[in-house]
Amino acid sequence: MSRKPYVRPISKTWWLEKPEYTLYMLRELTSVFVGGYAVVLLVGLKRLGEGPAAYEAFLAALTSPLAIALHVLALLFAVLHSATFFLAAPAALPLQIGEEKVSPGIVAGAHYAAWVVVSLAVFGLVVWR
Amino acid sequence: MAEKTIEIEVLRYDPEKDAEPHFQTFTVPYVEHWVVLDALTHIKDEIDQTLTFRWSCHMAVCGSCGYTINGEPHLGCKTFIREFYPNKVRVEPLANFPIERDLVVVQDDFIDKFADIKPYIIREHHNTIEEGTYKQSRAELIKFKQYTMCINCLLCYSACPQYGLNQEFYGPANLAMGHRYNTDSRDEGREERMEVLAAEEGVWGCTFVGACSRACPKDVDPAGAIQQIKIAATNDWMKEKLMPWGKK
Amino acid sequence: MAKSNEPMVWSLFSAGGMISALVTPVLILITGIAVPLGIIGSDAIGFERAQAFAANPIGKLILLALVILPLWHGVHRFRFALVDLGLHGAKRALGFVCYGFAAICSVLAIVAVVPI
Repeated sequence: MSRKPYVRPISKTWWLEKPEYTLYMLRELTSVFVGGYAVVLLVGLKRLGEGPAAYEAFLAALTSPLAIALHVLALLFAVLHSATFFLAAPAALPLQIGEEKVSPGIVAGAHYAAWVVVSLAVFGLVVWR
Repeated sequence: MAEKTIEIEVLRYDPEKDAEPHFQTFTVPYVEHWVVLDALTHIKDEIDQTLTFRWSCHMAVCGSCGYTINGEPHLGCKTFIREFYPNKVRVEPLANFPIERDLVVVQDDFIDKFADIKPYIIREHHNTIEEGTYKQSRAELIKFKQYTMCINCLLCYSACPQYGLNQEFYGPANLAMGHRYNTDSRDEGREERMEVLAAEEGVWGCTFVGACSRACPKDVDPAGAIQQIKIAATNDWMKEKLMPWGKK
Repeated sequence: MAKSNEPMVWSLFSAGGMISALVTPVLILITGIAVPLGIIGSDAIGFERAQAFAANPIGKLILLALVILPLWHGVHRFRFALVDLGLHGAKRALGFVCYGFAAICSVLAIVAVVPI
């Protein structure tokens, strides 16, 4: 009896074949916006060092409709990053107290709570003046 | 009253006759308590004795009956046909493995890699009978117990896109088994295992898709095990590179 | 099989991931939406306030952390996303490009913020 194992090819668009994989790919693409926003901050830092005129021009550029639209998109992806990152955190942080393993929901919940607290704190610090 | 029936569509492949796999549909009685494995057994017993598939315990402990059922990796003995009735049930071999025949896949890649992980207790000194058993507290046991539950069913490999894209990757079950031994208080072989686990084809081939843990029928959570190994490997790396004077 | 050097970038990826997960949404909301739309007055992040923050040594460290760590997170994940999308053969080359870009930007960030 002869063997002839058959290898099924993987499609180049494998990530479109299941919702689970598509969500994973969207999560990976959040990196474009997280990294992209860091570059925006970098440019802002550079303009800040160049003096008030350059910095004000930078702030003015952020008011263009295109800039606002891109930031709205970036916000959506940034929130997706946060949501998936905190959901994944418990897997890397197995907490055991005595003989009880801490439930992943509690670990994730603590991260989400921290996210809310930090966001409110940053917002408050910026707005209060 | 006519007997209820359900259609089972199976991917067939005869290496001696076929150039490619092809689907064949069978009509079997619809029995409410039947699992997919029961339907396949009925086909083999009553309709087509050439239908080839792995199975054994019929109770989700042996890990033999992994198939792709309606596109998802499942155990045939744990998937009830009533979930799909009256629709057709499509049964294919596990994804990401070469097809040997019908629903039987070639598992050699997994088996070969399994040995590399050194899935056994490694100690400098193994107790003699006179020295007695090793003491392990319940807390120490709970630390690694879930990773012992793996039944090598390979559903995780079937779910993992990284294994599908790159067969060099060691894959979820093997890496989780390495973690099972690394976190067992009786074991002293962590450093040895890290040579494989911390390699690029080890845990660093994983991008935490998480599909493996979702597919696992025994709640092993291989994805979690892999992330924990990544942290351990990172700690090791920091110590080696930033504090090379430390004890090796 | 040699142990990988990936921990070097993975630690930056993790740190950047945690920081960006916690603060990037609120920062985008403030600088990219609320201030440009006038919901918050632009003086909140105006030159005087921003400059005072960046002049402070702790402020400098915070700004550097906000720029550099999320950037390393982003490029690391982007590199692997490209590999997932089919560029498996270019994995090493993509590494040089992505981490090189992050390294250059990190230097630019330090150069920009230190003199303020």
